[in-house]
Amino acid sequence: MSFQPIKFYQTGTFTVGNRLLAPEERSVQASIRRFNSINSGHRACQGCGEALGARYAIDAAMEATQGQLVAANATGCLEVFSTPYPETSWQIPWMHSLFGNTAAVATGLAAAMKIKGKKEVRVIAQGGDGGTTDIGFGCLSGMFERNDDVLYICYDNQAYMNTGVQRSSATPPAARTATTMAIGEEPGNVFGQGKFVPAIAMAHEIPYVATATVADLRDLEDKVQRAMGIRGARYLHILVPCPLGWGTASHETIKMARLAKETGLFPVFEAEHGEMKSVLPIRRQLPVEEFLKPQKRYAHLFAPTPRVEIIARLQAMADRNIRKYGLLGGTQ
Amino acid sequence: MLKQIEGSRAVAEAVALCRPEVICAYPISPQTHIVEALGEMVKSGALSPCEFINVESEFAAMSVAIGASAGGARSYTATASQGLLFMVEAVYNASGLGLPIVMTVANRALGAPINIWNDHSDSVSQRDSGWIQLFAETNQEALDLHIQAFRLAEELSLPVMVCMDGFILTHAYERVDMPTQEQVDAYLPPFEPRQVLDPDDPVSIGAMVGPEAFMEVRYLAHAKQIEALQRIPVLAEEFKRQFGRDSGGLLHTYRCEGADTIAVAMGSVLGTIKDVVDEMREAGHKIGVLGITSFRPFPLAAVRMALRQAKRVVVLEKTLAVGKGGVLATDVRMALAVEPVEVYTVIAGLGGRPITKRSLHALFRKAEKDDLDPVTFLDLNRTLVDKQLQREKEKRRSGPAAEAMLRDVGAVAARLV
Amino acid sequence: MFQVRIHGRGGQGVVTAAEMLSVAAFDEGRHAQAFPSFGSERTGAPVVAFCRIDDREIRSREPIMEPDALIVQDATLLHQVDVFAGLKSDGYVLINTGKTFAELGLAEFFAQHRADRLCTVPATELALKHLGRPLPNVPLLGGFAAISSTLKLESVHKAIRERFSGKLAEGNCAAASEAYAVVKKEMEEARHAQAD
Repeated sequence: MSFQPIKFYQTGTFTVGNRLLAPEERSVQASIRRFNSINSGHRACQGCGEALGARYAIDAAMEATQGQLVAANATGCLEVFSTPYPETSWQIPWMHSLFGNTAAVATGLAAAMKIKGKKEVRVIAQGGDGGTTDIGFGCLSGMFERNDDVLYICYDNQAYMNTGVQRSSATPPAARTATTMAIGEEPGNVFGQGKFVPAIAMAHEIPYVATATVADLRDLEDKVQRAMGIRGARYLHILVPCPLGWGTASHETIKMARLAKETGLFPVFEAEHGEMKSVLPIRRQLPVEEFLKPQKRYAHLFAPTPRVEIIARLQAMADRNIRKYGLLGGTQ
Repeated sequence: MLKQIEGSRAVAEAVALCRPEVICAYPISPQTHIVEALGEMVKSGALSPCEFINVESEFAAMSVAIGASAGGARSYTATASQGLLFMVEAVYNASGLGLPIVMTVANRALGAPINIWNDHSDSVSQRDSGWIQLFAETNQEALDLHIQAFRLAEELSLPVMVCMDGFILTHAYERVDMPTQEQVDAYLPPFEPRQVLDPDDPVSIGAMVGPEAFMEVRYLAHAKQIEALQRIPVLAEEFKRQFGRDSGGLLHTYRCEGADTIAVAMGSVLGTIKDVVDEMREAGHKIGVLGITSFRPFPLAAVRMALRQAKRVVVLEKTLAVGKGGVLATDVRMALAVEPVEVYTVIAGLGGRPITKRSLHALFRKAEKDDLDPVTFLDLNRTLVDKQLQREKEKRRSGPAAEAMLRDVGAVAARLV
Repeated sequence: MFQVRIHGRGGQGVVTAAEMLSVAAFDEGRHAQAFPSFGSERTGAPVVAFCRIDDREIRSREPIMEPDALIVQDATLLHQVDVFAGLKSDGYVLINTGKTFAELGLAEFFAQHRADRLCTVPATELALKHLGRPLPNVPLLGGFAAISSTLKLESVHKAIRERFSGKLAEGNCAAASEAYAVVKKEMEEARHAQAD
């Protein structure tokens, strides 16, 4: 008799279908009646984390608002692959304006809904890390400061992917991109200050800030649902691996997201009005190599010479996150 | 009702009468009094229902207007100069998407060097953005044009820029006739969007358009502006019937019948030119002036009709096509392409340099004798220019040009002009 | 057309004065245009504002090069800025000061000028007296009403009450009235002196 070891998190509450749960506790994705807000037929790459994240997030938002939703989308992968003229994947009212103004466009949409007496119609803004942490940052901060009734979702694949994998302020240190090549004294992206927008969002003390990944569907859906139950400025930052840009196998997207969380490199938490409220703990901490090794964008850390010191610095970053955000659960 | 108020205040009151639903604004001289007044009206409840949003940049201002308009709300913003440039990406986005936003541009020079005074370089820099651009001659026309602008924008699904001279009009107190709410309501119906984000009828707005359709999409924008050429006079005519005065339209002529020399200009300088025309007519000169109200779409046919009988045309403009000559003059030349009319370009009033009757009298007399260069810079201080050129010739490290020239000019505060 | 040029320093309400002058003229059913010189203004820097009054529409936008009347709100400008540039030979001049034209060193400059068109009024003192604040701009308008005959004092009062309220309005009206009286008296005396 042969048997196959089944890892704990492949069963129970963490599968999409989760027949072990009562119907009302199942994920939005499990339902045949899900809105399918971003329909199939779009042009995303095989294994695209952003397409997955967007589907999860927007379907959850549509469920939470019973379909009363309008969305503004930044220029970027999601916008490009979902709306190749004359077709659109979107089953919801959706608009794309520019790269850097999505938060402001959403502010305008929210004002319009309010003034038209359509108080139940909610507004989502969505963009990649480039459109959010860099060029869209001013408008984002403005929206936060005014506490406009918008949920801003950032799909973070850690570089300007649509234009050919250039570095953004969300690109992690040592990662290779087209503008931070793996050559020279400090190969890949430099070890700079970093720019963790969820922390900046917390500093604005807006009603709700959360991070999530595509590895934890239920967690992501819960957060979207919680966010839609709140009025005012809300920010959700979702880690969405990009097989092309990260140099990973297209079937390993969810696994890569999980590894980012389990190593501590990507903290998953919730905050309200600037105060930490909950953490999705690391189930079994892994060394950062587990996350780095499968990615070609980090290949230079392993060959021709293992860059032990760089990996050590990345490990230190992970450890710091674990301490700072209490990622191992228990007391912080 | 007749009022003696500041131009900015007049515009704010007119905009308020148009029942805007979302106003988003970022302050920049010399537009500030307009948005302050509107903010006050919203806050006090005088203008209600209306969402007034203090945005963090002009780029945000136009972007919020884009979102609001796509959400079905009548949207308004205002800016000038550097602010207009800062929002240019969104300016093109608004017209490309066909959103009927109305924006006041309080005309101010573009830096560098930084300059807060009036000229037309800001609006004119956006002449090919697809926006309709209307230039007001007086504060009365400025307020009237805003009412016409909302109507025009929403009819055509095109954004409209109402241009008024910064400081000269915005900060001038003069008599205006403010319409009543009933009058404006009769002229401007509620906003019926051509496209709107509505959960009951989802659409995608702003998709990418590739080579297979982009030419056609752009052609439609061009066609819309051509259509505007028809609609603008019709709406002005309707305005005249309902409000009792001539405001807007494509252009206005003044004493052009039998004129050998016709000046062409936009904006408030037309008033000064009209005084000079009267004085010269009094002295027997055959001179008139053409005021262009609709700069975009540029009324080629109407301009040609107005100018073709003249011997010569003096285009006096507050813009410079650097290295070339005039911007307005180029359009006028295009209108007169097949007509045997001499066109002189006169660049005047840049950065707020006052245009005086004295200078205009001298200029027009020279024009009549055809004693003008094709391109003239009115009241240019040639000595100042030559001094700087000499400075640069002598030394590589000649320093910032503007600063050196200002030192040559001396104390400005003591002078009037 | 009657053209007034007002000189002062930033913070003295020069622009407000021009605006209120235009409102007063409007209240009399006339056309009026008021605008500032748009200099880089800051408190204390020289500032100029203009007001044109006419019975027909005012179209010209140039700065007032040949004023029919000058109001100088701050006598320290006299030898710093060419405030009298372009003044018509029979133009009105109203200076905020307790000194005479001679004491200001202007006797020679105005030797050929009609004496009854040259007036001084201690507007700052009047403002302090009636308002408790050294704001000479509005009292000077009262003086202007006396000097120019193009404007009634009642119109100045009306414009004051449209702009201000309560004690500020009443104080300004009182100061304007007193300035009016002072200037009227000065003009009387000048006319008598000429007649002698």
